[in-house]
Amino acid sequence: MFLRRLPKFEYHAPASVAEAQGLMTKYGSEARFIAGGTDLLIAMKKREAAPGRLISLGNIAALKGIADDGSGGVQIGALTTLGEIERSPIVRKGALALCDAVEVMGSAQVRSLATIGGNLCSGVPSADTAPPLIALKAALKLVGPAGERQVPVEQFFTGPKETVRKADEILAAILIPKPEAPSAGCYLKLMRRHAMDLALVGVAAWLKLDGGKKVCVEARIALGAVAPTPIRVAEVEALLVNKTIDAGVVAEAARIAGMQCRPISDVRASLEYRCSMVEVLTRRAVTEAHRRIIG
Amino acid sequence: MKRDIVLKVNGSAYHVSIETHRTLVEVLRETLGLTGTKKSCSEGECGACTVLVDGKPTASCLLLAVAAEGKEITTIEGLSQGGKLDPVQEAFVRQTAIQCGFCTPGMVMAAKAFLDENPEPTARAVRKAISGNLCRCTGYQQIVDAIMAAAETMRAR
Repeated sequence: MFLRRLPKFEYHAPASVAEAQGLMTKYGSEARFIAGGTDLLIAMKKREAAPGRLISLGNIAALKGIADDGSGGVQIGALTTLGEIERSPIVRKGALALCDAVEVMGSAQVRSLATIGGNLCSGVPSADTAPPLIALKAALKLVGPAGERQVPVEQFFTGPKETVRKADEILAAILIPKPEAPSAGCYLKLMRRHAMDLALVGVAAWLKLDGGKKVCVEARIALGAVAPTPIRVAEVEALLVNKTIDAGVVAEAARIAGMQCRPISDVRASLEYRCSMVEVLTRRAVTEAHRRIIG
Repeated sequence: MKRDIVLKVNGSAYHVSIETHRTLVEVLRETLGLTGTKKSCSEGECGACTVLVDGKPTASCLLLAVAAEGKEITTIEGLSQGGKLDPVQEAFVRQTAIQCGFCTPGMVMAAKAFLDENPEPTARAVRKAISGNLCRCTGYQQIVDAIMAAAETMRAR
């Protein structure tokens, strides 16, 4: 059922994380946090969710902003919109693969509202911000009544729409470490359409070469939409390390990637097609990451 | 639950008392009488409800009106200055980019936001910029032509 009018709710707009947590502690299961609203409000219009209270995180300044963390790494507030990330020279310089992702998410009108925190906390296997953040070794800062903790992005997802975030925790920031030169990442998304679609397959590749830019010394490959969660594929990474990145090496790594994914067949694509496309996108993403390093 | 808020729309401040579950598109149309912004899919897919929020194109069907307080909102009604059409509007008319007209306010607002940040676009970039706007009539070519023409006019000024 889809009704254009939202169900009614009480609305709170706290100005601080502590205030937001206080409200969540007080109201518990009848309350939901709301960030950009692009997932939650649609779910409410479909009557898939009907929380009696919404606690908006949108007025909490501490949850917004993109900053260089002082050593070349990037800190992104969870309530930063995808549009702000798209336009950020800091992210473009320090985490280009994340820019690759936001550029192919939704539409301009959705990116003005949707937040990176909301995308991650949705826990959907196809969350486009996840594979590049995994490839870039990013961690998430969660703030709860018991205090703060950091979780590597690759440990954040536990199943479809499930994350390690507890109901009373707020995802506060995304922490991307300083790039280790010479290195680069890339994210590619396969869609049925040119926009406004979720990923059939998403592949993020990050490579670090030796000082002479000849041999790969480290690789991180992350796949989205082809398993119950975004996944890293260590077997593929191992095929790239201590190798010169040439067409043959990349082709073999891509072939193995296509065998490592565990997608489902659904209305959008079959299992076989997804696995086949993982191979194609892995080849392209690794090639592009390499090209971004050597120029 | 009702809240008293101030909405800044097209340069004017509107003091309204509205239910928290109402979206910006509903309040613009039903409370403020600004019916230029259209309500179509109500789920952020079609772009008909596109308005500018602090200069950025935004799906007003997915923004709670109470969350729009403190922002500068521009609707299609706010584009023309003293009866004179904005270059984007002018180009849409000249390039016959309007058939039924229902997608047009959203298209124009998306185009305006895009051109304000991208004064020398390629046609490909224009198509990407309007990828959040559906048109059932034109087949998009005249719309792309209009946006490219508007860009040229705006550069010449």
